[in-house]
Amino acid sequence: MNNVFVYCEIENTTVAEVSQELLTKGRKLANQLGVELHAIVAGTGIKGKVEDQILPYGVDKLFAFDAEGLFPYTSAPHTDILVNLFKEEKPQICLMGATVIGRDLGPRVSSSLTSGLTADCTQLEIGDFDDKKSGTHYDNLLYQIRPAFGGNIVATIVNPEHRPQMATVRSGVMQKAVYEGEAKHEVVYMDVAKYVPEADYVVKVIDRHVEAAKHNLKGAPIVVAGGYGVGSKEGFDMLFQLAKELHGEVGASRAAVDAGWVDHDRQIGQTGVTVHPKVYIACGISGQIQHIAGMQDSGIIISVNNDPEAPINKIADYVINGTVEEVVPKLIKYYKQNSK
Amino acid sequence: MGLKIIVLAKQVPDTRNVGKDAMTAEGTVNRAALPAIFNPEDLNALEQALRLKDQNPGSTVGILTMGPPRAAEIIRQGLYRGADTGWLLTDRLFAGADTLATSYALATAIQKIGGADVVIGGRQAIDGDTAQVGPQVAQKLGLSQVTYAEEIEKCENGVLTIRRHIDGGVETVEAPMPIVITVNGSAAPCRPCNAKLVMKYKRANVPLERTADMPYAELYAERPYLTLNQWSVADVDGDPEQCGLAGSPTKVKAVKNIVFQAKESKTLTASDTDIEGMIKELLDEKIIG
Repeated sequence: MNNVFVYCEIENTTVAEVSQELLTKGRKLANQLGVELHAIVAGTGIKGKVEDQILPYGVDKLFAFDAEGLFPYTSAPHTDILVNLFKEEKPQICLMGATVIGRDLGPRVSSSLTSGLTADCTQLEIGDFDDKKSGTHYDNLLYQIRPAFGGNIVATIVNPEHRPQMATVRSGVMQKAVYEGEAKHEVVYMDVAKYVPEADYVVKVIDRHVEAAKHNLKGAPIVVAGGYGVGSKEGFDMLFQLAKELHGEVGASRAAVDAGWVDHDRQIGQTGVTVHPKVYIACGISGQIQHIAGMQDSGIIISVNNDPEAPINKIADYVINGTVEEVVPKLIKYYKQNSK
Repeated sequence: MGLKIIVLAKQVPDTRNVGKDAMTAEGTVNRAALPAIFNPEDLNALEQALRLKDQNPGSTVGILTMGPPRAAEIIRQGLYRGADTGWLLTDRLFAGADTLATSYALATAIQKIGGADVVIGGRQAIDGDTAQVGPQVAQKLGLSQVTYAEEIEKCENGVLTIRRHIDGGVETVEAPMPIVITVNGSAAPCRPCNAKLVMKYKRANVPLERTADMPYAELYAERPYLTLNQWSVADVDGDPEQCGLAGSPTKVKAVKNIVFQAKESKTLTASDTDIEGMIKELLDEKIIG
């Protein structure tokens, strides 16, 4: 009862990195609350293949559901696994990835249990809450912290009365680390039919193509990111050239993605990828909070902007006052000249 | 056979152009202060609905939205593009709703309408980016769901074939109706307004938008289709305790404007000397290789 749960997402028999990141965070929260960390995994033919990818992150107990029809993921069976298990286990917190799966599953589970769910959190903390209207004091709630409303503010959300407190978190926001402390590492193989009625297998996946990521933006040591100030798709060609020279990757702000200059999977920020590179070169990016949330932990931040008042300049180590068009070719030129 | 299709659509503040007074002191959105637009992915959903209607003669498309009286604009925008009807949920009791209270209200209204073969909406709204309302409406109605849809490829014998976006790829699913679908922004854009329909519906509105001195009063008596459905909590037999702020399990504890921890930064010009100097510095310190 009252433990911290993490739903582990899989592709065949590979556990998603975001799930391992959340297990790491979940372990810390469980330690703070003095409770156990439990994990859930559901798939087909996973027994003996996924446990080693889950238990090392400090899991006390893993609930494994292995049956035909649980992979590829469809909404209803996975929803009923969580809903029925939670009715027995009564967790206080449930975390899942803000992935296509997590964002399909989380709301359905939260609606079924009438518990609150906060999407795309960038921080999770434990703290107290005083409800001024009812005068009630609550200890040890989960603070679900996220930029809101176009990134103009950061909101701290709590669910005082309803359990579990649910949150989704994007890949890369938390950092994964194998747990050094002690954990029970118990695995329970569940009777799936007890949790999932036959009627749940109603949506059939008839065709599926998953490609390995075309780039490694999340793990790139150097990121060259472009915003609205890049001005065009052709402008981005220049950024790709700079990134190639530096052995880095190209990222983008939401404005540049929305303008259609660069693929959606390169978007950096709260609703995109979170990166932690050694060097982050922001080209023509003003620096909305949504974007900053996805790159603020970068080592060295270089901002190229012709607006000296751009918010991103405040967190930059180097501010270059100039247009992208003017500055980026010079960066390429002088890097080439001096690096050899 | 004709299908009954309900499109869930939301009028949203254009978060791409937000001013400073966007939030109230309570941490909810101050919608009155912002330009209001049709949520972009809801337009993608409307297009899929209209295509289903085109391919299945006898089908109807209705727009269901919730908001202040001016959100009736969303219904008009739907009618201009080929929708047949619409419903505006508007009531102070609906205000301050989180996603769960919103989906309760929408699900209750859908039941009041008498259900549908297809309930379809955008994946998420740009003012919240949560993507929760679609799945929560599905759960409340006990329907299956397909999220992140890009195209409804087929509709045969009560089964829809839907291509959907997944992380790192695409998949195609078969799902029986009735069903709730949410549509991704990568789906086909919505058709433009039809000039004839704009002429037909431009004076359509909900009673709350009307003022005593409004012209065209006799027009509304003559043409009932110009009076759009306006429903309160009571009209949909809703439980006030499950609506709005009261029905929202999530509470906003704190809202703060971000103050960046200013770093000691070096400010350079775009001159060759400055840029070469920086590159040399980064190379010397082995920050770049």
